[in-house]
Amino acid sequence: MMLTLMSLAAPLLGGCLALLAVRMPAWSARAGVAGALAGGVCGLIAGFRVLFSGVSVSLELPWSVPGGAFHIAVDPLSAFFLIPITLLGALCAVYGGVYLKGRGDARGIAPGWFNYNLLLASMVLVVVSRNAVLFLVAWETMALASFFLVTFENGRPNVRMAGWVYLVATHLGTAFLLALFAVLGERAGSYDFDAFARAGATMPASLSACAFALALIGFGAKAGFIPVHVWLPEAHPAAPSHVSALMSGVMIKTGIYGLLRLMGCLGAPAPWWGWCLVVIGLVSGVLGVLFALAQHDIKRLLAYHSVENIGIITMGLGVGYAGLAHGFPGMAALGFAGALLHVLNHALFKGLLFLGAGAVLHGTGTGDMDHLGGLLRRMPVTGATFLIGSAAICGLPPLNGFVSEFLIYLGAYDGVTSPPAVVAVACLPVIAGLALIGGLAAACFAKVFGVVFLGEPRTEHARHGHEAAAGMRWPMIVLAAACVLTGFSAPVLLAGLAPAVGVLTGGTPEMIRGALGAAANPLVWIVVVSTMLALLTTALAVLRNRLLSGRTVAAAGTWDCGYAAPTARMQYTASSFAQPLTDLFGFVLRTRNKQTGTGGVFPAGASFATEPNDLFRNQFYDPFFGRAAALMAWFRRVQHGRVQLYVLYIALTLLALLLFSVG
Amino acid sequence: MPPLSFINFVLALLVAPLLLGVINKTKAFFAGRTGQPLLQAYFDLWKLLHKGAVYSRTATWVFRAGPVVGLACVVLAAAIVPFGGSRAMIAFPCDLILLAYLFGVMRFFTVLAALDTGSSFEGMGASREVQFSALAEPALLLGLAAVARLTGSYSLSDMLPALSMSAPANSGPVVVLVAGALLVVFLVENARIPVDDPNTHLELTMIHEVMVLDHGGPDFAFILYGAALKLWVLGSLLAGVAVPVRTGNAALDCAAALGVMLCLAVLVGVVESSMARLRLLRVPRLLVGAVVLSGLAFVLLLR
Repeated sequence: MMLTLMSLAAPLLGGCLALLAVRMPAWSARAGVAGALAGGVCGLIAGFRVLFSGVSVSLELPWSVPGGAFHIAVDPLSAFFLIPITLLGALCAVYGGVYLKGRGDARGIAPGWFNYNLLLASMVLVVVSRNAVLFLVAWETMALASFFLVTFENGRPNVRMAGWVYLVATHLGTAFLLALFAVLGERAGSYDFDAFARAGATMPASLSACAFALALIGFGAKAGFIPVHVWLPEAHPAAPSHVSALMSGVMIKTGIYGLLRLMGCLGAPAPWWGWCLVVIGLVSGVLGVLFALAQHDIKRLLAYHSVENIGIITMGLGVGYAGLAHGFPGMAALGFAGALLHVLNHALFKGLLFLGAGAVLHGTGTGDMDHLGGLLRRMPVTGATFLIGSAAICGLPPLNGFVSEFLIYLGAYDGVTSPPAVVAVACLPVIAGLALIGGLAAACFAKVFGVVFLGEPRTEHARHGHEAAAGMRWPMIVLAAACVLTGFSAPVLLAGLAPAVGVLTGGTPEMIRGALGAAANPLVWIVVVSTMLALLTTALAVLRNRLLSGRTVAAAGTWDCGYAAPTARMQYTASSFAQPLTDLFGFVLRTRNKQTGTGGVFPAGASFATEPNDLFRNQFYDPFFGRAAALMAWFRRVQHGRVQLYVLYIALTLLALLLFSVG
Repeated sequence: MPPLSFINFVLALLVAPLLLGVINKTKAFFAGRTGQPLLQAYFDLWKLLHKGAVYSRTATWVFRAGPVVGLACVVLAAAIVPFGGSRAMIAFPCDLILLAYLFGVMRFFTVLAALDTGSSFEGMGASREVQFSALAEPALLLGLAAVARLTGSYSLSDMLPALSMSAPANSGPVVVLVAGALLVVFLVENARIPVDDPNTHLELTMIHEVMVLDHGGPDFAFILYGAALKLWVLGSLLAGVAVPVRTGNAALDCAAALGVMLCLAVLVGVVESSMARLRLLRVPRLLVGAVVLSGLAFVLLLR
């Protein structure tokens, strides 16, 4: 418990010290990084200890807040979420220490580090708190700290807009959580999560359903389920890259954590919960990757991929709850294990990719993919680690993304071959969805890596790109190594996952191990095949080099069909690469094209530009809030700004009250 | 690991380029030509392996990694797919996912190698490749899901041998539908007419060929051999579902499967001789059709 408390206290202390050193930006950065690092190490140890010993720890202190109690506990589920939070928190802090140097104005540095460490501490508190009031305090602190981080570069209008959208979205989500906790607290007579769980066991189905819906919207807004994802593609690109990595890698997972924690308090799951999660996951996954395909800005694209990966996680949870509700423990355990592992994996590769995008932004000054190209030669380390991250997020073996998706597939095929038709039908969209998402994600990351790092530089920005400093390179290398290691150590990790899965499915550790045992043999085979793949690749590369030794190996220009004057601008761009797919799915994407065509015998300049579109933002929320604002404008008529009129309102109100009390 | 599966694996490695010869002979027959020798693919590979190489000045190590990683993936894929009613060398539950994703790795690196040259033509081919494969993957996995439900297991080495032995009587329509879907996937993934034309040499009209335009020497040999092996692997998957000949005698089964593979090659030749390539905009419809066939096959199994 001491370690958990220290992982809370160290970032807070570091943050406060950073704020004290507001006039010395270099020292605030040091204090901030040190606090986050110390907290990260403590939290990591605490998380691993609980996960591998399986022994939960808890602490209850008196707290004079009505309905509240300072009740924190680390059980395997909390411990599992602690690991990515603290790991990424520490690594991003190291990166940020270099990244922020010479960016923005110096006065922003100290508050920036204060908020970063506050965000880290509040995320830790979210996953360990066991009281609704404490949870909400941590939740709101998290939202506000991240809001201030999103608006770090508040001089830019689009950053202020992104911050505003985020603030509204996160508070709408919190409103649903307040309602959820009110419902559960009313029923349990206390705001302690343990009391919720006891009351949930006897809750009528209608109330459970209502609470489930509230949790789905409230936590879904944070996690980024479509259609409540609109804040995400705005806020993540606006924040500094190390903050984007932290928000995208782990902050949105607190939504998943909250959903799991609270669903555990609602009694036995109804069959339709699984269905509902599968559908939400499918929609988020497919639309997330499609919206990503249409983007030109690398950070915006990565933000949409977070929506996609949350979708994959949710599909895994759907398989898990469907298995639980229909009495297939093996399928349930596999679905949950896949979803949880994907939480960790997404933190690793999305953190890596955002840090890589930050290095590109830092080294070239632009995040517009169509202005980049050929960066692999200029930024070899960033490029190589970004390639690993790209392959991992596409779920390609032998990297970590494949393992977690494989577990979800395994659960889904288990469901598909099980006798009841209803289970099979629930699992079929998971298989089709994962396959489609996998293919589209591969297309998307082939585009990102190919256009940004390969080929010829398209503009001066890319031609003058430079590699990131050592302090930025090392966190990327560590994350890339973690992606590879997680992929190769999957069978071991499965044993570590078992206690966390046990919290979700219930049952004895032996039962969980038995249920997960179905995955043990395939995972060993996967590691074998992955190793063979690595060996075979090396062998073939050696063979090729042996064959070529002693023969002429020449360098020449790329074959261009005999065209005499090729330029770098003739290369396929991000937009043209994705065009067949964005056209094919045009009915949901509705990308807007602006073009001036060529005409006449001697055509002058022509231009073509595509503008990505978020269906829900532009076709639903903007019109909705526009109408609401118009409706509210009507009330503004009573507000003229004349004091006399307001005095008249007061007098009239008093008169009315007087008449009411007399009559 | 039974010795038979090893023999089958070696058979795949040796015989795969022959399929290209059979296809070309069939096409030559339809065109009234003599055509190239049956073993031309072997001669080409031998020649390419003994050549030097020319690399683009734009390209980086990713370009050189492409053919190597691609060939490694497809060799491993050949060890996963069972042939002629016997188990494969690598067999475990859900190995079909690993098979699909190994092809995913191969494609990812081929596409990146194409983009690494900075050529607009290769970018075009890469863009088309990722589009079609994104749709082919659901068709493949859904089709196999239907077979999995039919046979009650989800390892290829259990599914395919079980097809004719213990499958229920009404499995005929399911097998036909899945085979149809797999045939489409087979043609798309192997860059065959009606999706791609391996014989044209106009950059604008090609997909797979244009992506490997800049490779030469041993690299191109790896690519050519990898493509032949991919044809074999997906072909034996299709043959295993469509014509599950099971006599009980291992040697006889293997010979029968080999015969089926040669027939499949002739079928590809016939398709290529008798129809033109589809317009590229129409190809997605074909693929969606394959997804629908797979889905329909699954629906037939719901009771």
